[in-house]
Amino acid sequence: MIKRRSFMRASLASGVIALAAASGSLVSFAAQAADPIKIGFSMALTGGLAGAGKAALIAMEIWRDDVNKKGGLLGRPVEFVYYDDATNPATVPGIYTKLLNVDKVDLVVSSYGTNEIAPAMPIVMRKKLVFPSLFGLAVNDEFKYDRYFQIMPAGPEPKIDWSRGFFQLAAEQKPKPQTVAIIAQDAEFSLNAAAGARANAKAGGFKIVYDKTFPSSTTDYSPIIRAIEATNAEIIYVASYPPQSAGMVKAVHEVGLKAKMLGGCLVGLQFASLQQNLGPLLNGIINYDFWVPEPTLNFPGIVEFLKKYQEAAKGKGVDPLGHYLPPYAYAYLQVLEQSVNATKSLDQGKLAAYMHKATFKTVVGDVKFAKNGEWATTRVLQVQFRDVQPDNLEQFAGPGKRIVLYPKAWKSGDIAYPYKQ
Amino acid sequence: MDLFVNAIVAGLLLGAFYASVSVGLSISFGQLDIVNIAHPAFVIVGSYIAWILNSRFGLDPVLVGVLAAPFFFLAGALIYRIYYAAFERTGQESLSGLAFFFGVMFIIEVVLILAYGVDYRLVSADYLGRNIDLGFVGLPLRLVVPFVVASVMTAAVWLYLSRTFTGRAILAVAQDRLALQLMGADPVKIKQFAFGLAIATTSVAGALLIMIGPVEPSLGRAYIGRAFAIVVLGGMGSIPGMVIAALLIGVVESFVSSFAGPSWAPAVAFGALLLTLAVRPSGLFGRA
Repeated sequence: MIKRRSFMRASLASGVIALAAASGSLVSFAAQAADPIKIGFSMALTGGLAGAGKAALIAMEIWRDDVNKKGGLLGRPVEFVYYDDATNPATVPGIYTKLLNVDKVDLVVSSYGTNEIAPAMPIVMRKKLVFPSLFGLAVNDEFKYDRYFQIMPAGPEPKIDWSRGFFQLAAEQKPKPQTVAIIAQDAEFSLNAAAGARANAKAGGFKIVYDKTFPSSTTDYSPIIRAIEATNAEIIYVASYPPQSAGMVKAVHEVGLKAKMLGGCLVGLQFASLQQNLGPLLNGIINYDFWVPEPTLNFPGIVEFLKKYQEAAKGKGVDPLGHYLPPYAYAYLQVLEQSVNATKSLDQGKLAAYMHKATFKTVVGDVKFAKNGEWATTRVLQVQFRDVQPDNLEQFAGPGKRIVLYPKAWKSGDIAYPYKQ
Repeated sequence: MDLFVNAIVAGLLLGAFYASVSVGLSISFGQLDIVNIAHPAFVIVGSYIAWILNSRFGLDPVLVGVLAAPFFFLAGALIYRIYYAAFERTGQESLSGLAFFFGVMFIIEVVLILAYGVDYRLVSADYLGRNIDLGFVGLPLRLVVPFVVASVMTAAVWLYLSRTFTGRAILAVAQDRLALQLMGADPVKIKQFAFGLAIATTSVAGALLIMIGPVEPSLGRAYIGRAFAIVVLGGMGSIPGMVIAALLIGVVESFVSSFAGPSWAPAVAFGALLLTLAVRPSGLFGRA
């Protein structure tokens, strides 16, 4: 009898436990089995911008895994649907059309870079989707789309804000330099940067003595640097992509350029492989950047993120440090995540309204968007390379090699002026 | 004056490098009529091999380029065999052959991306950062060494083609395949050897390219138009013509960059190509 009663109790208890476990697992199963939220995008995984594109993808996958560990978005797991745009803007409209009409993604974000973002805009605008975008310079100047949100901290006037700090630093020097040379690569991004530099130079009362563009296929840059040298320009503003930036820096040293300030918009000098190879040739150059390991930029979560990124990047042939693009690739998805969580919705109108009014806490600091979808306040850093040693990658992992000169709120040191090779 | 002289010197240095990229194409496209659109992709493979052995073992990139050339030769000979069996033998080489080499180019790019990623690769050597200053003329060793190596390689290829039996057979197969057969030589073997030689030159050209600037898997595409233009301008199959065309393009680019604006450089260089072809449709040294 006792045995029977014990058996009944045990059965009841185990039944309750089993039911509880089953219901728990059912809830959990329901969350897991719920349709995933699909986020679609194109990304430059081959071609000229693939170095940055692949690094961005690693950062985005870290975000996806982090979010899914926390239970996903709206209780649904997050899934990526993406295609390689081969750094070819012509492929981008087709990719976004497929993402929206065939893959039926719930949300879209952009590829990396101005040239790849702009071709997606008409498709995204037609469907009235929010479009968090990754490092597009002044893309929305033409489209004026109210659901475009750009994570690069260019500022509300991206073309102008991009080089504002560079020319402000020049204007502060005594005696104030008078002449400027502007040389830009023939690409939408660098032409935009050059347009901003032109405006800032004029506003600052500088005389532009050289203002030309060069094709991406250029192999030797010494004739360009010699032509600039012949104008005796005191400030030289360069806007170029990575291989061209490396060629420019080498040519500057080979020609023995005598300028007082050099740099501006040399894309690639933020990448560890070029930093390591160019080494001391970088010293004295003042260039834009978005994050460097200086104490003034130690935002919550950035160190942990970089640790994960650097681990994930091993052996993948991408930037091993990941200071430039990856934190922002993580952050633009944090913006999307916080918006979905706050609105508890995938409604594009609600998301856009929230993105316009909220301040987002991200690994790149607080982000607030202006009306045109750019950062409300510019944070394009002007950093100066200092005391860089040859062939040493580790030196760039810590502070002291890229001193923040501008903006003042993030400044970590004073300018070394004039530029000396 | 110094800008003028430096522009000429820089143009000649650059032109010699262009010649190193184009010499193999002058053989394959100019003499063998094989539209090897993948030629610059092989140059990039040469760059990656130079980078791997330079970064891991500290070997000089030029030495690596020379040491790897025999392997490139074998790869070239093998690729020609496949091309011959699949297309040339059946007379489908024009369009299908072009598609084949497009495919080879994409395969090379993807394999490089999968194996080594997409980061920019560079080599280091003590002399690469140094300059020779001759008065107001600056000679960066980063360009002088490629100039010397490219000149030696191009001269060696030209001497080989013009002075040896096999070299003359290669020239003969380009002109009259049937006559060569009647002389007892196998045109397929000769073409196979010539194509191997063409690909072997890309090993050295790749090493020179990565000495000049950073390289990534798709960079070869930037050289497709330029290399073919140089071969056509020089006169199909003429090595001396190709060298002069390469130097001409280099000097024109350098001059325009110095005095008019770098953006005009490709337009002026290709304008010169069109003008030359209008006057001499067979190119500078081509047989009419």
